[in-house]
Amino acid sequence: MTSAHSIASSPRYAPLEPRACSAALMIADDAGMAAIDALIGQNPELGRKATILRIGATAPPDTLPAALDGALSQARMGLQVWLAGSQGLIARAQALLLAAGLPKGAIQSEHRGTAARRMQCVHCKTLAEGVTTDPYTCPGCGRALFVRDHFSARLGAFQGVCIDAETPGDIPEPQELRL
Amino acid sequence: MTITFNKESFRGDYSYHNSATAIRRFPFPFDRDEYMYSVNMEPHKGGRPGSVFEARFDVDEHYVAEMEDRAITLSRDPMRCQSLPHMTLAGWDVLELIMTSKAQDYPDLFELHRDGNRWRWVNRPLGIDDTFTFLDETTLPYGPMEYITRQTQGDFAVLDQREGNLWMDAGMVTSQADWSLDFDIGMNFFEWHAPVPRAAEMGIFQRALKFLLNIQQDTPARRLNWTMTVNPRLDTSPETYPEWGPEKRSLTPENLGQKQYLRVELQSFWRLPRSNGLLFPIRCYLISLQDLVTVPKWGRRFHRVIRDLPEDLATYKGFIVNRPMIVDYLSRFDDGAPTSPGIWPD
Repeated sequence: MTSAHSIASSPRYAPLEPRACSAALMIADDAGMAAIDALIGQNPELGRKATILRIGATAPPDTLPAALDGALSQARMGLQVWLAGSQGLIARAQALLLAAGLPKGAIQSEHRGTAARRMQCVHCKTLAEGVTTDPYTCPGCGRALFVRDHFSARLGAFQGVCIDAETPGDIPEPQELRL
Repeated sequence: MTITFNKESFRGDYSYHNSATAIRRFPFPFDRDEYMYSVNMEPHKGGRPGSVFEARFDVDEHYVAEMEDRAITLSRDPMRCQSLPHMTLAGWDVLELIMTSKAQDYPDLFELHRDGNRWRWVNRPLGIDDTFTFLDETTLPYGPMEYITRQTQGDFAVLDQREGNLWMDAGMVTSQADWSLDFDIGMNFFEWHAPVPRAAEMGIFQRALKFLLNIQQDTPARRLNWTMTVNPRLDTSPETYPEWGPEKRSLTPENLGQKQYLRVELQSFWRLPRSNGLLFPIRCYLISLQDLVTVPKWGRRFHRVIRDLPEDLATYKGFIVNRPMIVDYLSRFDDGAPTSPGIWPD
């Protein structure tokens, strides 16, 4: 069992709060929509000016970069972004937003849903979405990877490291990740 | 000063070796018989003649072999050297600092001739004689940071200073103690140190950051750090852990003195004049335990340090499984006599 939020590089989540802005962008998956609804409930005016990208139910997850590009192509100074949902959705959206030049302080995020994580294999660099166990099997190189708490906001992923490097074949039983 | 460069390897047959002179000048990092984290900074303004502290960027008998090893690692994994787009000017700062320092400190090995922005750099040990235009990337075979750090021992992190923090936005990292530049690039000081146990709650990082943010151009600083490595391997990266991980389990009481190495980092910190960045060289020195114990004071003290090190630190430094065997080996060189203060041999 591994729990997040334990070291300084781990992502920090807080309940979404209304904030003054020239434009509002909200990105959520199915589980995260409740957090968006609660945010808009606090400030209906924000809801009226917001662009909401719902990833998951109607749009599959791999549509995120294109959808984000579309939303950001009309962005102006003073844009605020609210993210809600799985760790993987938040991490991917934040990495894309930071790469696009948005300041970190303009992005809020609230984790909703499962404890699944987005992981990068440190050996072959393959990204794995929705990892739910520790260790997990890398879809790129097939190694059994230990789920570290070390997190890169730039990559939007936690780090996976070969768990049996010193004793090949000695792989512990996978445990479900917990929040 | 004449240095004879060793023909040796840091992988495969591991023919790396230290001469009697190299053993004597090894930067033994323990000034007392116990170890705990501290912000152990001191000015980097020279040191004892012949010691690793004397020159700004120490060049020793391993220089040529280390640069060959770096080239091998980079050919296998080019992402060990990265620079975010805003860090190119800092890269030129690094190139200038290293070239001017080396040409002054080792005039028989390096020459720098400057005519305005037209520079000629001569590196005799590596057989390089290049003329280029300072601040014009197109006149060098690599970016400025990569160019000069392919010719300088040690890893290099180049830190951008903003928002009251330091950001690891460029680096050349091929001889690291198990951390990944490719993963950590872009992180701030607290984020990239996040995996280190205990030090954050001791306030170490807050104090160290405060110190580093205030480093000025004429006041470089340095500190020693250490860990343990089985075999004289520079590339102990997370990326290649499956290659070197099994070697950690290859120790026996018979081969331990030869295969277990103390790995010491001479870290230094330099303010960069144009970019206001900070250069953070991490120079790695390796010594086998059988060579280390030829200095009686070091054998006694190292036994006590390793024996009494808290469990979480031994785990983080990666030798917890081998500690009993290491302590057993070192105990043979500890007669219980008192040791003198400081790091130097008696």
